[in-house]
Amino acid sequence: MRVFDLVKTPLRELNRALHAIAPGRNDTNFEVINPRGSHAVAVGIDQPVTVDVRGSVGYYCAGMNDGGTITVHGSAGPGVAQNMMSGTVIIEGDASQYAGATGRGGLLVIKGNAASRCGISMKGIDIVVHGSIGHMSAFMGQSGHLVVLGDAGDALGDSLYEAKLFVRGTVKSLGADCIEKEMRPEHLQKLAELLEKADVQGIRPEEFKRYGSARKLYNFNIDNADAY
Amino acid sequence: MCGIVGLFLKDSRLEPQLGQLLSDMLITMTDRGPDSAGIAIYGSATEGKAKVTIQSAKPNIDFADLERDLAEAGLPARVARKSTHAVIAVAAARLADVRSVLAAIRPDVRIMGSGDSVEIYKEVGLPKDVVARFDVRSMSGTHGIGHTRMATESAVTTLGAHPFSTGSDQCLVHNGSLSNHNNLRRELTREGMAFETQNDSEVAAAYLTAEMAKGKDLGEALTSALDDLDGFFTFVVGTKSGFGVVRDPIACKPAVMAETDQYVAFGSEYRALVNLPGIEDARVWEPEPATVYFWDHEKAA
Amino acid sequence: MSYHNPYTPPRKSATFDDYTLAEIRRAAATGIYDIRGAGTKRKVPHFDDLLFLGASISRYPLEGYREKCDTSVVLGTRYAKKPIQLKIPITIAGMSFGALSGPAKEALGRGATISGTSTTTGDGGMTDEERGHSQTLVYQYLPSRYGMNPKDLRRADAIEVVVGQGAKPGGGGMLLGQKISDRVANMRNLPKGIDQRSACRHPDWTGPDDLEIKILEIREITDWEKPIYVKVGGARPYYDTALAVKAGADVVVLDGMQGGTAATQDVFIEHVGMPILACIRPAVQALQDLGMHRKVQLVVSGGIRSGADVAKALALGADAVAIGTAALVAIGDNDPRWEEEYQKLGTTAGAYDDWHEGKDPAGITTQDPELAARLDPVAAGRRLANYLKVMTLEAQTIARACGKNHLHNLEPEDLCALTMEAAAMAQIPLAGTNWYPGKGGF
Repeated sequence: MRVFDLVKTPLRELNRALHAIAPGRNDTNFEVINPRGSHAVAVGIDQPVTVDVRGSVGYYCAGMNDGGTITVHGSAGPGVAQNMMSGTVIIEGDASQYAGATGRGGLLVIKGNAASRCGISMKGIDIVVHGSIGHMSAFMGQSGHLVVLGDAGDALGDSLYEAKLFVRGTVKSLGADCIEKEMRPEHLQKLAELLEKADVQGIRPEEFKRYGSARKLYNFNIDNADAY
Repeated sequence: MCGIVGLFLKDSRLEPQLGQLLSDMLITMTDRGPDSAGIAIYGSATEGKAKVTIQSAKPNIDFADLERDLAEAGLPARVARKSTHAVIAVAAARLADVRSVLAAIRPDVRIMGSGDSVEIYKEVGLPKDVVARFDVRSMSGTHGIGHTRMATESAVTTLGAHPFSTGSDQCLVHNGSLSNHNNLRRELTREGMAFETQNDSEVAAAYLTAEMAKGKDLGEALTSALDDLDGFFTFVVGTKSGFGVVRDPIACKPAVMAETDQYVAFGSEYRALVNLPGIEDARVWEPEPATVYFWDHEKAA
Repeated sequence: MSYHNPYTPPRKSATFDDYTLAEIRRAAATGIYDIRGAGTKRKVPHFDDLLFLGASISRYPLEGYREKCDTSVVLGTRYAKKPIQLKIPITIAGMSFGALSGPAKEALGRGATISGTSTTTGDGGMTDEERGHSQTLVYQYLPSRYGMNPKDLRRADAIEVVVGQGAKPGGGGMLLGQKISDRVANMRNLPKGIDQRSACRHPDWTGPDDLEIKILEIREITDWEKPIYVKVGGARPYYDTALAVKAGADVVVLDGMQGGTAATQDVFIEHVGMPILACIRPAVQALQDLGMHRKVQLVVSGGIRSGADVAKALALGADAVAIGTAALVAIGDNDPRWEEEYQKLGTTAGAYDDWHEGKDPAGITTQDPELAARLDPVAAGRRLANYLKVMTLEAQTIARACGKNHLHNLEPEDLCALTMEAAAMAQIPLAGTNWYPGKGGF
């Protein structure tokens, strides 16, 4: 276990150490203390390392994570796990706006609430939010799954492509071209799998509703111009 | 484009620490804006007295014998100098005369703000330097707001720094960029408002002042701002007893709030809040888009 | 003798000319605004309206071929551990795989590599062909983040954060379904055949204060090795340049309204943004005001066609230029050899701009395998290299005539302006005078 105290050690040293791990090495456990809202903590990881961050982080924590397991024992600022490729990011507290933005793979678990634009432009990532999410979430979501145990804010799934959204609570409003869809067995199965991975207990997939794209904006049609 | 902070105290035992807490919050936001910094502190008001914060590019000349010259001009006052700024304390009834007297005897002096309790200090430079220059850490008060600026389109000058104060005991800090401020400035000018800068944020401050002059309270004025101001904004505003926050309907510019039994705090980023007492147990949230948040000492009392 | 009234020919309105009338009818019939590729087609004040003064008795020229006139440029000297070293100050602008065919991207990489300069990815990610054939490759970081991944970020030589482009400052993009082939769809995580809409803002930051943090993140991911460019469309060049510098950019890329696009509304292309001629001096002024001229490099683009344009851009204060449309023409776009096919598409060589429809007879702006196969990337790369060579020689010829041993030593004072417009926009005195409009205050 290597410990980095961000009050004493520059961020650069932490990220450099995380990037310098040769494949197959054993010293892959890291702990970060005193993050105090620092930006770009544990970004660009490309090996199966484990990072425990003790405290809250600023922008872009775990950005572009590719295979690491990063746990923030606190809250995360804007753009946590942005463009994640693979691996797991767990936020014990809340996440600010743009959580999981443009993520391509891996699993992002937010145990508290997520703010606006959660999963914006998501491209394959799975996101599970134990609490609620803010407005414009999953805007232009292309693929992947967004699971919300609480409520969703305004304009959920605006201009959605093929991302699948599951919300257990209320949805304040749906965005352009986003509609409620039938929950089929394969969706229930996927949802059960994601809930299990995200350590959600005592909640059944049947409690959720599914939302997806109406696909009316897929090819330009003047009659839909108001939605653009 | 900037970093902003605000702190509204509910627990009067924290009042002696207001300057200290706000200074640390602002310094943490330095990366968000290196051009200029400013802070407004609402200190204790003295019955029947008002304060005017002034600034000068040549304070040694302008502030020398200012008390005497004001008295000779028929305006008895106390002048307390702090670096490039000075606070003039006058009888509340004479507040309106300060501007005209100063224009006559010290034409180069600029008025940063005035009112019963507000003092405003702002200069070009980094927050740590501005805070040290005006000894903000030693100031006590009930609430305050601060700003560190990355200038977008208007000049990097003392007057272009935030907070902007366009009415008695009113001030505003802004993160974002307005897109209809030029038309709005023309309208407000026609209605009689005076502007010191080309800054979009000054227009927002003047707009709120104009709305409150029509009888709205701060919360109502902020609600109208959502209809009339276009562009991107997170505002934190102060009045003599009130503290408000509002974000535009798109709400892209960052904002984090924290509340405990002792205070309500605002920061552009969570980093700004980490040193506050009891932050670990505070309710921390991000203000919703197009939603007015508003606290008032008088209403609470 | 009979008297005939003299004949007055019918007169058409200058305001409602034939083109305008046709556009009104088209809009009325279809209900859709016109989307097209390329840049503005209207005439705007341009480098043509500037001339070099050359040496005379007061200045001494350099001898062509024998006396050296250096053309090298280093981009990204501010923070990056590995700045970009280029032999010539002419780079290839960002154009996406998707908008362009694979062979076209390969040709651009080959030509740039022969010439010792860089090429740039676009909205859609990095292809292996492109990386393999480009010695120096700039990876664009765009609002859509199509194809964005950390491996490509690390195998790029520089990263260009795209805030906007000259054809559409403030706008997003649109790649129509016809061009979303299996491969393009896969790279962009989209279903095949649907319209791909690109966002106008980045998904995870807004404004220069957030941009500073985004740049920090990219630097941390790439271990502070690679230069970070920030590209903006020509709209408010003074402020945008200053803010890019404050946010931490190593290089500012400034694209005037003549710069092309793969597909955007015609109204956007023709009515938003400023000509590059008007953009350079304010941007240079911002750099000078911050003490960063030549420390943060300025790359300008939008309508660069010849060595004279290159020399003029550099004289106005740019460090390098980028070419897009001209590079496509060099590799074969709009070539009259395909005239018969252009006619079938209802257009003519030189006017073809329906790049978004993917039917390019030259095989460049298409994803149709048969059309794309028409372009030989080796021969096309050679043509691009030839063209870059000619531009460089032209710029050197001019610089030597002005007595310069390096292109970077060209100055605004080496120029005069032919028109009032150019004089005002470039802040260059009208020929034969020492005055330009606006001089001495506004």
